[in-house]
Amino acid sequence: MSATELPLIGDYSTPSTALSGARIGVVTFPGTLDDRDATRAIRVAGAEAVSLWHADADLQNVDAVIIPGGFSYGDYLRAGAIARFAPMMDKIIDAANSDAKLPVLGICNGFQILTESHLLPGSMVKNDHLKFLCRDQVLRVENNTTAWTNQYAQGEEITIVLKNQDGQYVADEKTLDALEAEGRVAFSYVGWNPNGSRRNIAGITNEAGNVVGLMPHPEHAVEAGFGPDHTGTDGLGFFTSVLTHLVGGQK
Amino acid sequence: MSAAEVKKFNMDTVENAAATPETELPWAELGLKQNEFEEVVKVLGRRPTAAELAMYSVMWSEHCSYKSSKNHLRQFGDKVTEEMKKDMLVGIGENAGVTNLGDGWAVTFKIESHNSPTMIEPYQGAATGIGGIVRDIISMGARPVAVMDPLRFGAIDHPDTARIMHGAVAGIGGYGNSLGLPNIGGEMVFDSVYQGNPLVNALAVGVMRHEDIRLANASGLGNKVVLFGARTGGDGIGGASILSSESFDDSKPSKRPAVQVGDPFAEKILIECCLELFKGSLVEGIQDLGAAGISCATSELASNGDGGMDIELTSVLLRDPTLTPGEILMSESQERMMAVVSPDNVAAFEAVMDKWAVEYSWLGEVTDTNRLVIKWDGEVIVDVDPRTVAHDGPVYDRPYARPEWQDALQADTFKASAAGANLPSTGEELKATLVELMASPNLCSKNWITNQYDRYVGGNTALATPDDAGVIRVDEATGLGVALATDANGRYTYLDPYHGAQLALSEAYRNVATSGAIPMAVSDCLNFGSPEDPDVMWQLAEAIRGLSDACMVLGVPVTGGNVSLYNQTGTTPIHPTPVVAMLGKLDDVARRTPSGWRADADGQAIYLLGTTFDELDGSEFANLRGHLGGLPPKVDLEAEKTLGAILINASRDGMIDSAHDLSEGGLGAALGEMALRYGVGARVALDDLCARDGVDAFTALFSESQARAIVAVPRSEEVRFNDMATARNFPVLRLGVVDASATSLEVQGQFDLDLAELREAHEATLPKYFG
Repeated sequence: MSATELPLIGDYSTPSTALSGARIGVVTFPGTLDDRDATRAIRVAGAEAVSLWHADADLQNVDAVIIPGGFSYGDYLRAGAIARFAPMMDKIIDAANSDAKLPVLGICNGFQILTESHLLPGSMVKNDHLKFLCRDQVLRVENNTTAWTNQYAQGEEITIVLKNQDGQYVADEKTLDALEAEGRVAFSYVGWNPNGSRRNIAGITNEAGNVVGLMPHPEHAVEAGFGPDHTGTDGLGFFTSVLTHLVGGQK
Repeated sequence: MSAAEVKKFNMDTVENAAATPETELPWAELGLKQNEFEEVVKVLGRRPTAAELAMYSVMWSEHCSYKSSKNHLRQFGDKVTEEMKKDMLVGIGENAGVTNLGDGWAVTFKIESHNSPTMIEPYQGAATGIGGIVRDIISMGARPVAVMDPLRFGAIDHPDTARIMHGAVAGIGGYGNSLGLPNIGGEMVFDSVYQGNPLVNALAVGVMRHEDIRLANASGLGNKVVLFGARTGGDGIGGASILSSESFDDSKPSKRPAVQVGDPFAEKILIECCLELFKGSLVEGIQDLGAAGISCATSELASNGDGGMDIELTSVLLRDPTLTPGEILMSESQERMMAVVSPDNVAAFEAVMDKWAVEYSWLGEVTDTNRLVIKWDGEVIVDVDPRTVAHDGPVYDRPYARPEWQDALQADTFKASAAGANLPSTGEELKATLVELMASPNLCSKNWITNQYDRYVGGNTALATPDDAGVIRVDEATGLGVALATDANGRYTYLDPYHGAQLALSEAYRNVATSGAIPMAVSDCLNFGSPEDPDVMWQLAEAIRGLSDACMVLGVPVTGGNVSLYNQTGTTPIHPTPVVAMLGKLDDVARRTPSGWRADADGQAIYLLGTTFDELDGSEFANLRGHLGGLPPKVDLEAEKTLGAILINASRDGMIDSAHDLSEGGLGAALGEMALRYGVGARVALDDLCARDGVDAFTALFSESQARAIVAVPRSEEVRFNDMATARNFPVLRLGVVDASATSLEVQGQFDLDLAELREAHEATLPKYFG
């Protein structure tokens, strides 16, 4: 293996579960940063990760897609505003809206791309304190029926990594009311709102529950020793949830 | 370009230069001294052209040529044993040194300064410091995996410090976070000596397989030379010569235009695109463009190769079409790389550029003339032996002498001074002192800074600030990893440059060993005042001699680094600040030792390793009282080696669960930091320590004696641990136990300090000053 290959990880064997046949795509845009981390999380959960290049228009028959964090196109315009027009995004938008309801998870910059794509409502603006913030963040699972949250208990509190500059979730009051009324707030911040997000919203889902976006990073909390406080693995549930969903085991 | 357009620049060709020897040239404005200009004329056998003058002026600047320090820096290469060379794959002189990690892995790391740009424009200055050092790492063929940033700013309550702080921290975060590189540590020191000269040092580390190591040389007749990445603009012209190689002076015009502007998105693309080039073996040699831009890249590539180079400068893609050839050669525009590509690989190279949408232009080719020839639309404007530009710059044996004031400074010991009277002695006084120290600018929590940096990206961060060292996993299959720490104490070095530099090395060594890693290699960033001041030159000479001597004893070679001189305001230099970065190796990062105990460590025994002497001179406590004088703590390199061996073995054999080195603030600060790390209390007693080492409780808590560490040992391992330390004849003493039910740090018979109170004081300081 070359150190410069992507992903930069060893090929230790994945757990032999019935789910390991699942193939989950990870999209890389220019400026994407957490694609290797998402790839690792998929492997740790027992599935196969498939690299998807933004400029390609072939989903390679993946069973689900993760749009990872980073600063696509430098976030020099609005975060996610340019990435949203990538050929790969057209395919993802179509597949997410199709009858097959492709599961899509947008993390951080990926969440921003999903709102820019109108797969999810609202938008993200700069943190209210105007600084980049990296911290271990407690979230409450507000909806455990989505493709990406079914392995959590309703109301369960999990600790995963938060790290962003533009993490303040905003939407008009009507949208916020609807999100809450329809149970589409997937995660909320617990204890302290780290960025001024409306109604403490950390992540949301679409009506069908196949598209979920959130600002914190579950892929950074899947391996003991490298997650929050060097111990946490609370993020693994996202990845086992989608595998469970794919084999029809969703609650 | 038409002939008319060429005339627009009043082109100074080599032919013209030979024909007009009397033409006045602005060599002084470009930073050259008269003797240096005369040397250029001698080397060329004629006056230089305007473009040649631009090249020599930047490449012969202090920043690029190390002309004042070169004679002293040789010691780093000379004082090296065969044993120390064993794991050094690439030594000093390349973009960064490379160390063998085993299993076919190699690691490259380097620390550099970006002090002057940060003073002028904190955000961009600090941001491009990260950008530059990361490109050095890419140039070696490595994937960058982490960064660190030791910072030294002026007094915390000075109004200008907030400007530097906000700008520099946002710049480091804004750039580093966008590259996807975890920031795993650094330092933050406040001292008014840095008011007019803040220090922003940046470290980057990268990993690669042995076969991926790349060097900066242009070999192979007919190979193509390509410039790629960002376009060349008017930013940073003369950055190395007029910015980083003289002192600041209010009477001179603003130097802001000499600061570069960073584009982290372009750099991130450059990283991925270069790694793809390396993977396909598409480049023969590669060099990043940093200080001195194209002047540096062409002359270094050519002089390190086996031939010469022909370049057509009009092929350079420009951001500003009005730039003159001299400006193009000197521009320090960021996010650019130069590579040498064999004709067979040109098409594949272009395909990689197109995939990442990176702009590139073919500038010329490698020749066998041993000359670097640069043309402007076919007219020769530079024709030089590249070695004379890149390597044969002036070397000065600057006069130096022990300052007249040094004796008086060393005689002014803390305890004999007025500031050293009425030392805390009662339990309440000692408790208040510990809280005051841990809330002081230099020992307070640095969360305000580090929370603005991404320490998780990459998923390989096993330890990061506030742990003693940052630890990064290199190989997921085996857990092989590296540890890094940076340290310096300008106050110690001011008191005694020779030993102060050794103390910086000792602490970095100790920090790496405390994390469980075996120290392997050093990169240093020597921040000093003007070398033209014999006092400063003596400090520099002594520090280099001290460092190189100590590296021999500890068996860790210096693999690279940087010298930053002229850090002074008027005639007042900064404290001599040799920042030492230590690289260590962990066979399995799962075994790394964190710097605090968790609740599940309840009942573990707390041991102190090492001896406590009465050493308060230069300490943080003396600093609180406004005193600086006397001699720094005694250096004991043999004790550091033994302590290191104990910490490393204890980590590998699972004998300790946490460990923390003792440094600024002494035992008191170390205990406080360990308890605050996970908010778990402890009960300790000082009586045995005071009796054994003959010190009082105040000295036991706040002396800054070296070669000491605290460890927490599970009950089942106590006998084994004691035996190991005793077998090595190293002082070991049981201080107390971890108490998970306690919400305080109790020093029996002295005080019981509530952790919530300590945390509040510890964490409030930076937000109080910086919002």
